[in-house]
Amino acid sequence: MNREPYSKLIFELSRPGRRGYSLPASPFKAANPLPANLMRQTPLDLPEVDEPTVVRHYNNMSTNNFGVDTGFYPLGSCTMKYNPKINEEAARHPGFASMHPATPARASQGALMLYYTLQWMLSEIGGMAEFTLNPFAGAHGELTGLMVIRAYHRSRGDEKRTKVIVPDSAHGTNPASAAVAGLEIVEVKSRPDGTVDVDDLRPLLDDTVAAVMMTNPNTLGIFEKNIPEIAKLVHDAGALLYYDGANLNPMLGVARPGDMGFDVMHINLHKTFSTPHGGGGPGAGPVGVRAGLEQFLPNPRVVRRQDGTFEVISTPDALGRVSGTLGNFAVAARALAYILSLGRDGMMMAGKLATLNANYIKESLKDVYRLPIEGVCKHEFVFDGLADKSTGVTTLNVAKRLLDHGYHAPTIYFPLLFHESLMIEPTETESLDTIDEFIAVMRDIAREAAETPDVVKTAPHNTPIGHPDDTEAALHPVTTYQQLVDHDS
Amino acid sequence: MSHHYFPHTPEDIAVMLERIGVSSLDDLYSDVPESLRLKQPYNLPAPQSEKEIRDFFDTLGDHNQRLKCFAGAGYYNRYAPAVIGSLISRSEFLTAYTPYQPEISQGTLQYIFEYQTIMSRLTGLEISNASMYDGATATAEAMMMAVAHARRRNRVLVSATLNPAVREVIDTYATYHGITVDTIAEADGVTSREDFESKLAAGDVAGVIVAAPNYYGIVEDYTGWADACHAAKSLFIMNCVAIDLATIKTPGEWGADIAVGDAQSLGMPLSYGGPYLGYLCATKALMRKMPGRIVGATTDDRGNRVFVLTLQAREQHIRREKATSNICSNQGLMALYATIYTSVMGTAGLQEVNSLSSTLAHVLAEQLAATGKMHLTYPDRPFLNEFVMTVDFDLDSFMEQATDAGILPGVRIGRDCLLIAATEMLSDADLMAYVQLVKLQ
Repeated sequence: MNREPYSKLIFELSRPGRRGYSLPASPFKAANPLPANLMRQTPLDLPEVDEPTVVRHYNNMSTNNFGVDTGFYPLGSCTMKYNPKINEEAARHPGFASMHPATPARASQGALMLYYTLQWMLSEIGGMAEFTLNPFAGAHGELTGLMVIRAYHRSRGDEKRTKVIVPDSAHGTNPASAAVAGLEIVEVKSRPDGTVDVDDLRPLLDDTVAAVMMTNPNTLGIFEKNIPEIAKLVHDAGALLYYDGANLNPMLGVARPGDMGFDVMHINLHKTFSTPHGGGGPGAGPVGVRAGLEQFLPNPRVVRRQDGTFEVISTPDALGRVSGTLGNFAVAARALAYILSLGRDGMMMAGKLATLNANYIKESLKDVYRLPIEGVCKHEFVFDGLADKSTGVTTLNVAKRLLDHGYHAPTIYFPLLFHESLMIEPTETESLDTIDEFIAVMRDIAREAAETPDVVKTAPHNTPIGHPDDTEAALHPVTTYQQLVDHDS
Repeated sequence: MSHHYFPHTPEDIAVMLERIGVSSLDDLYSDVPESLRLKQPYNLPAPQSEKEIRDFFDTLGDHNQRLKCFAGAGYYNRYAPAVIGSLISRSEFLTAYTPYQPEISQGTLQYIFEYQTIMSRLTGLEISNASMYDGATATAEAMMMAVAHARRRNRVLVSATLNPAVREVIDTYATYHGITVDTIAEADGVTSREDFESKLAAGDVAGVIVAAPNYYGIVEDYTGWADACHAAKSLFIMNCVAIDLATIKTPGEWGADIAVGDAQSLGMPLSYGGPYLGYLCATKALMRKMPGRIVGATTDDRGNRVFVLTLQAREQHIRREKATSNICSNQGLMALYATIYTSVMGTAGLQEVNSLSSTLAHVLAEQLAATGKMHLTYPDRPFLNEFVMTVDFDLDSFMEQATDAGILPGVRIGRDCLLIAATEMLSDADLMAYVQLVKLQ
């Protein structure tokens, strides 16, 4: 990573008369087809730059960025595992790249087979009857899954179920997705060991509850071992149990959400199935359902006919449509390449190695960082800041100091159950060497916090830029180059 | 078992288990009830070597038939300059997380800032967010913005000339979110002004959604529509194909409050449906009601001009159920495609692409009509690069013959209409092949 800031904007490299493209000449005489009042009235001001300038600009820009290929991301709940290179080949395969989504099924059997193959593989891994790959991201999957649940209740004439119960440790998207789906949120408390309090849940379950959303293991990395009892309570109350697949990774090869009693789930392909995060998308949030709920999945759906060919169908019972197309196809291609590479045997190991890495870090650091919940964790765990609270060094300071050492920061101040949450998830693709180096750095930071706390409190020191003024950014938002020019003048 | 993505040797595992104080990997799962555990390995294929994976995707690719693309409906086969593929493959962009740590994410934040600027200029509206999943979900989010903005009014009017797939997504979100959607009727391929005015006058309208160009490729005249909406305290929302805005009158110029739509045609491959890019731009007044990420410029404690995610108080990780939207990640990398595409093409390039496409479309429409087998469904309406033809022959059989001939002749509308698009990717010979096929009907 380049430690010098490169902060130029493409607009500042623009010079009148330069151009960066070449197009074939038209064999036909151009004619303006639109009346003047339907034409763009104001000139469009886009950069005028040559190709070499564009290439250097974005290459230089990229060097101020940290990615999985740069270094270790101990980022809790984000499952930043390695993004295999063969996945990229699959995603950009020339056999799919220029296929229009309206291509008839007859001419797109290869693409549909890819789609269908991933659907059944995810169903096998999730313990579900069927998956849709339409949702574009995890949060979009949550929303779609909740719509499936509402469509199910409505199909039974059960209109009064308008509540969804989420644990207080839930990802922020859970309540937000429920609100978009028109549901009211009820929070259920966690016990001191971080698991859902069944006694607290029981009285909340009545005939107004549409669903209970859980992630298992939860955001503290603790397996909810009462899940069979919870599933029974939820189902007895006529509600459905939703699995937030954000934490699916440690369960690979161990247990399936469908077998735990979950009815509907989503999977983040950019987490568990190794597709790149792209700096915040594109992701994919496939949604799976148990048998009996398939008909509510969104349109359009990819199915296999009896003769072994594939087709795209839309059905009237479906919850509706949640996407303009069948979804982020190239992301699905990457996930499929990953599953094929790991295969049955690799898939059986991935979760266990992720859990091994997490527990090793936890055990190696719990004397210097406060571990609020003892015991074996799954893929991630949460420290409540430094063990020594007298130094005044916060979780934020520790996170920023890690940047100086070439690591991405852990997830901080989430979950909201502790004041100084510092959530670490190493994934299975980090080596013992990388992890040992990380542990050594974390211990160094703890020592620094005691000996030279100001060094930690004023971190980062060694990053391309220093601490940004977030307050100013929010108070006087400058979100375009035009505003920047106006603001500076 | 060893695998080339797993660095662990048996010795590593033994050392790590010892530190943890357990004797086997399975012991790490002693809290998982026996009844829930997998009793046998997944029913999945054995691990495949990289060569086998490559062969598998080659085989899948061979099972698709490459068709000359005359289909559009929001997604267009456009030429993507080689620099895009090269630059978006930079792993610092590709493998980065959402830029929550600005100190090590300036690359992502900087190009999103550029993207926001470019989208703002294309749409003529002041603020752009950092991207949306696709045009359909962006339009649904705009609808929810309008309802949130209007507070107690929860009815929106949607033109019948909007892309039906987008409409279906709007309807889905509306159904679950408790919004009433009314259709503004169409008359001869455009939104009925009369129906718009009477439905708006009925009151309670939070937003009005129209398209430019509309689903039929027609560039509609919305003179006075924004004023009528605003007089009724409704927002005016326009769904537009991003690249077309280099040529046609922009949402900002029409007085719209929100512009949304698909931006796939800014350099992204068709990839059988995605990933694409949705965009959402709005007036400054609506900035704090916008969904998704927004990047802003500020300074750091060393005096550098820097970029950060800003206005996060709107977002799900802070506001939870009170957030403006549930959007978490969006289409970050696809915004980079659009940014690089618009940078290399510039205004002249975008307008040349539009002009090339439009010229081809008009030549094709004329030649197809000259066959006497099909005619323009809306002959008096202006269009850019997409148009509807009514056919005088059996469309089922034609679609089959076209596939045989290696042509995707368009997107079907109803029993006897075809929505046909032309882009700069088509040659004179491609047009001729299409026309010949029609002549055979």
